[in-house]
Amino acid sequence: MNDASREIWITGAGIVSTLGEGLAAHWAGLHAPPAPPDTATWAPFAYRPLAAIELDRQIPRKGDQRQMEPWQRIGTYAAGLALESAGAKGDAALLARMDMIVAAGGGERDLAVDAAILSKLNESNKPAQLLNERLMNDLRPTLFLAQLSNLLAGNISIVHGVTGSSRTFMGEEQAAVDAVRVAHARIAGGQSDIALVGGAYNADQIGPWLLYGMGGQLWKGAPAPLWERAESGGGMELGSLGAFLVIEEKAHARGRAARPLARLSAVLASRASRRDGGLTAMLERLWSELAPRLDTGALALISGASGAEPATAQERAFLAKRQGLAVRATTAHLGHGPEAQFAMNIALAAMAASEGKLFPSFDPSGFERAMDAPLRQVAATGVGLWRGEGLALIERIAHDEAP
Amino acid sequence: MTKLRDHAGRPIVAVTGIGIVTSLGIGKAQNWQRLAAGQSGVHAIGRFATEGLKTRIAGTVDFVPVEPLSTPALSQRLAEMAATEAIEESGIGAPGDFPGPLFLAVPPIEFEWPQRRALAAAAGANGTVTHQDLLRGAASGDFEETYERFLFGSVADGLAERFGTKGSPISLSTACASGASAIQLGIEAIRRGEAEAALCIGTDGSINPESLIRFSLLSALSTANDPPQGAAKPFSKNRDGFVMAEGAAALVLESLDHVRARGGRLVGVLEGCGEMADSFHRTRSSPDGRPIIGCIKNAIADAGLTPDDIDYINPHGTGTPENDKMEGLGCAAVFGERAKRIPISSNKSMIGHTLSAAGAIEAAFTLMTLEHQRLPPTINYQVPDPALPLDVVPNVARDAKVTHALSNSFGFGGQNVSLVLAREPR
Repeated sequence: MNDASREIWITGAGIVSTLGEGLAAHWAGLHAPPAPPDTATWAPFAYRPLAAIELDRQIPRKGDQRQMEPWQRIGTYAAGLALESAGAKGDAALLARMDMIVAAGGGERDLAVDAAILSKLNESNKPAQLLNERLMNDLRPTLFLAQLSNLLAGNISIVHGVTGSSRTFMGEEQAAVDAVRVAHARIAGGQSDIALVGGAYNADQIGPWLLYGMGGQLWKGAPAPLWERAESGGGMELGSLGAFLVIEEKAHARGRAARPLARLSAVLASRASRRDGGLTAMLERLWSELAPRLDTGALALISGASGAEPATAQERAFLAKRQGLAVRATTAHLGHGPEAQFAMNIALAAMAASEGKLFPSFDPSGFERAMDAPLRQVAATGVGLWRGEGLALIERIAHDEAP
Repeated sequence: MTKLRDHAGRPIVAVTGIGIVTSLGIGKAQNWQRLAAGQSGVHAIGRFATEGLKTRIAGTVDFVPVEPLSTPALSQRLAEMAATEAIEESGIGAPGDFPGPLFLAVPPIEFEWPQRRALAAAAGANGTVTHQDLLRGAASGDFEETYERFLFGSVADGLAERFGTKGSPISLSTACASGASAIQLGIEAIRRGEAEAALCIGTDGSINPESLIRFSLLSALSTANDPPQGAAKPFSKNRDGFVMAEGAAALVLESLDHVRARGGRLVGVLEGCGEMADSFHRTRSSPDGRPIIGCIKNAIADAGLTPDDIDYINPHGTGTPENDKMEGLGCAAVFGERAKRIPISSNKSMIGHTLSAAGAIEAAFTLMTLEHQRLPPTINYQVPDPALPLDVVPNVARDAKVTHALSNSFGFGGQNVSLVLAREPR
């Protein structure tokens, strides 16, 4: 469907997580065993908080920082890193025609205000009137803007000047996949030349713990390796993540002498039921679309498996049939951040492709095999715990192709 | 025999079905009849207590029962009603088997106060409530349904299931431009040849105490509560804010090839779309109007037209002092002297601001305007603003010849989208 003559390069990546910021820090972090997760802050659940970042470096104005909630800061910061790595930071003319698709959640709240209001509501015999009164008095007017899903994109426009277009997709992992898919399809189809795409996730807020707690999707108890959680019912360790990519048509990248990290050759998405192994069958179908292009001896797969069930077991069933394929689930190091995971894994896949080798596995279950052969292709999955799944193919760019 | 490709060699994108629900009623016929009659759907809020609030009016859709009521539940129900009507008019596909993707503009989803209170109650927190109580309540196992309902993707997923759309359904938000963005994504998918048809929906059923208060705290809402139907006054000198409202519109988009091949009937044509984001401020647009001007120009150029070809504007026209000023300025910059003569009438004067749905609802009304060759009015236009010398089709609808219409949507957060629409392909 895509115009085969329009090849898409990844020319920038900006990532932040518990491992730190930037590709080099992540590459180093993935070569060491995962640190133990934080089990105190959101007990009884485990998670991986963001490493300390110096916000001023990508969001110089304090006024801007104050107008954002943490997920927006994480995302705006990561977007700045991506633009910087693409050599696009501050290039006003380029940024003015750069397209943007952001995968976002939203709705971060002031926990203290909410708890105080709930307590008062419990004591009131006129709760509706009391709620109006408290909200009128206790909500910070600008909090709304820090909650709106589209305001991560809005902040990226304001702080970094990306204004060619601005779209925000919502819907957890599915939004993360579709953001990359649509940005890729627009470039391949000649509707865009360059795009900033990615997402951000802050696990340090109560919303996700309530939401996924309701769904019984959080891992409780002693920390356990990702692939071994299924037998105890599965569950996620959430993680705070920010990940943005600059993707670009090859001739456009060459025209501005941008150095590519890797080629983004395909992005596929679908919507399968998690009932009756529907996800396994759908991943098989997506894989069969990629299969003709795959060089299995030089291929690895970075999995976006979250640990939630039944999605992770169904993804594992699909992976188990890819004999000899080296798999790495990055949530073991990073935790799971729904709207950011897919772009994060594409960035890590691009790094691996660019290095020509895969990072090691520290998976004690033995599911993730070693890979010593030179790496030329990396597939990346993005699997929603409830809905939505995607598959991307990232390929190494030969030295004589790059500028 | 009309051409099947547009000026740029792309598939022509037709609209073959429209469905709509607003505070004026259910369906195209009732909505158009009331809109053309200059009637308002704005009323005193009855859904919740408004005691102590500065704004006590809205265009809530109260005649669609949903139990239990929540933003995602009502948004999904309104979208289902609109999509059912649109698909029926179009005659495309088979029931439960729509042959293309879904693009859904939907309000951001988050827990509301009834859910928070239920969590606290489930934890047995009768007095002071802590976050540990809420976490304990969430883990009680009683909230599986609430979990699925409040996932961001749940509305789109429910619609994809019901209408059998293909591929991964997209839920999107560009604030008040969302509905137009959904249409734009559909146009682009058809132009890329990725789809022959797309179901594009904007829906919003998000009026609750907190959403109203949030906009109120930003001083964005009209406080002219009495009479409610007089509150929304776009382009008037005494305009004092927008009126929140609910509704949904669905459009069936198809390549003209596909329409012709199956013998379908055209409702209209989407000739062009354009966007440009604003980097000036979170709620205010760039004082020079550059992003708005660029957005409108991009849409007209994308349609292969010039500003002289546009003969009707369906503006964003919220009735806030800032929006209408900037939109007037933008129109003056794009259309020059003609800006005073091109009719520009705001649907929001009657249906309020339907937020995430507005872009889709107003595109639907623009297509009906083209169909009927009749301009709905801007009501409540009693005090003209000398700074905005525009033909707002004041208070009473009128007949006009309209060939190419522009529909603008400008969002909080700086996301601007314009569409160019026509009755027939050229």
